[in-house]
Amino acid sequence: MIEIRGLAKSYGDHPALCDVSLSIRPGEFVVVLGPSGAGKSTLLRCINRLIEPTAGDIVVDGTSLSSNRRDLRLLRRNVAMIFQQHNLVKRLSVLKNVLVGRMADLSPILSSLQLFPEADVKIALHCLEQVAMSHKARSRADALSGGEQQRVGIARALAQQPKFMLADEPVASLDPKTSRTVLNYLKKSCKESNIAVLCNLHQIDYALEFAERVVGLSGGRVVYDGAPAGVSGDVIRSIYPGLDDPNVLDAAQRLTERRRAAAEAEAVLAVEGRA
Amino acid sequence: MSLQFVVNKPRGPLGWWIMVPILGAAVAALWWSALGTHLSISGFIDGLPWIADFIGRMLPPNFAFMEKLLKPAIETVQIALWGTLLGIVLALPVCFFAARNLSPYAWVFHGLRQVLNIMRGINEIILALIFVAAVGLGPFAGVLAIALHGAGMLGKFFAEAIEEIDEGPLDALRAAGAGTLQRIVFGVLPQVLPAWIGVVLYRFETNIRVSTVLGMVGAGGIGFELISSMKLFAYEDTAACVIVILVLVLAADLMSSKLRAMIR
Repeated sequence: MIEIRGLAKSYGDHPALCDVSLSIRPGEFVVVLGPSGAGKSTLLRCINRLIEPTAGDIVVDGTSLSSNRRDLRLLRRNVAMIFQQHNLVKRLSVLKNVLVGRMADLSPILSSLQLFPEADVKIALHCLEQVAMSHKARSRADALSGGEQQRVGIARALAQQPKFMLADEPVASLDPKTSRTVLNYLKKSCKESNIAVLCNLHQIDYALEFAERVVGLSGGRVVYDGAPAGVSGDVIRSIYPGLDDPNVLDAAQRLTERRRAAAEAEAVLAVEGRA
Repeated sequence: MSLQFVVNKPRGPLGWWIMVPILGAAVAALWWSALGTHLSISGFIDGLPWIADFIGRMLPPNFAFMEKLLKPAIETVQIALWGTLLGIVLALPVCFFAARNLSPYAWVFHGLRQVLNIMRGINEIILALIFVAAVGLGPFAGVLAIALHGAGMLGKFFAEAIEEIDEGPLDALRAAGAGTLQRIVFGVLPQVLPAWIGVVLYRFETNIRVSTVLGMVGAGGIGFELISSMKLFAYEDTAACVIVILVLVLAADLMSSKLRAMIR
């Protein structure tokens, strides 16, 4: 269980994040929607303290983790991150990039000498398998396509064996087909290991397709927190103020209805199955 | 075909008139410097026969003398090798703190950059004079001079390469809980290594060139033979020295450009 309590961040007088509180159950797939500049990235980066928040607590399994060295190590070990630009080290092999996820548990001296415990290499290879990239383990990271690089990014995050995963617009620079593949791998592999995911997205359709819960962020505040089925045209208008594109609103409405219908059909099937 | 002159008018109220004071100042500075350096075309033309005379005396080069030059030539390369290596050893620990993006405090960064500037600002020949006084005549003084000046150069270029890296992977390492050493080894070094190797090769090439003249102040290498042959008016020997120096420099140049091409 990850709890974010009263998280706030301001740059000078400008508040980027105001009093955000969320609690996320183990294994839950949560998508954060919001316009550019709403504070989505700031929220994620405040959670693992790549940005130091102005106020608020991050509570992992009941323990509040502050910014001292010991807590920070514990926090970063439990919380993994996936980046928009993959942030792989291009000249290193895929396997070594995934081993970066193990760094917190490894001896700094031995790992710097490129010596890794066999168990950790095994974990890294297993994580590559989860995203179907084990055949490229020895390739250099910059030899991969954008989608493959992001799958390695997911494997690196999985290698941390975290409780919680932050994904900062993981598909923003990928084409629609590749985006779907990557999101599928992300969701599937996190489900396998019961890892909770907090994922920033720009695409409303993907959010409604993949999310189990949607958090709408606007102007640094949570304006919606609930099921994707509840994301109506009004909700979208409150998340994206000033958005009056009827196409987007219609599409969202249709997707929501389709999802609701699918859920109802499933329920009916389940009932029939029992009968 | 009609041509159009596509150049933006200089911004500011003066427009093209701004060129008048700029050109005026440039001409004045050059005129002033010409007076200061006794720049003279007739002086150069009058000197041409003497240059021809000097070259005449150098011919034919004394190829037999080259046998004696083998040892000093090898010494020149040895000075450059160790001078470069010690320069790297001095620059490596400093460069991380002299890079704006890794330096823990701004004053550390600014302070170290100034230290590197000073090391770089003093010419090798001057440093060699100091080290000859300290450790005596010979190639070791040359090694120290090249190492110190080279450390200033390498430290600056190493640090600048670090400043140009993509910081995304460093974020990823931080987010994964990696420590400082791991961030440097896995995040910084892979990104800067090609640039660093290029800089080191270029530095080695430069050091070969420098160590050919260090002998003039008694800091070892082939320069000593060059200056003594001139003092003895043995210009055929001087010519032999010049040829050997040319071969050394060209070989270093060729080797370093080939190796640099291989990294990419």
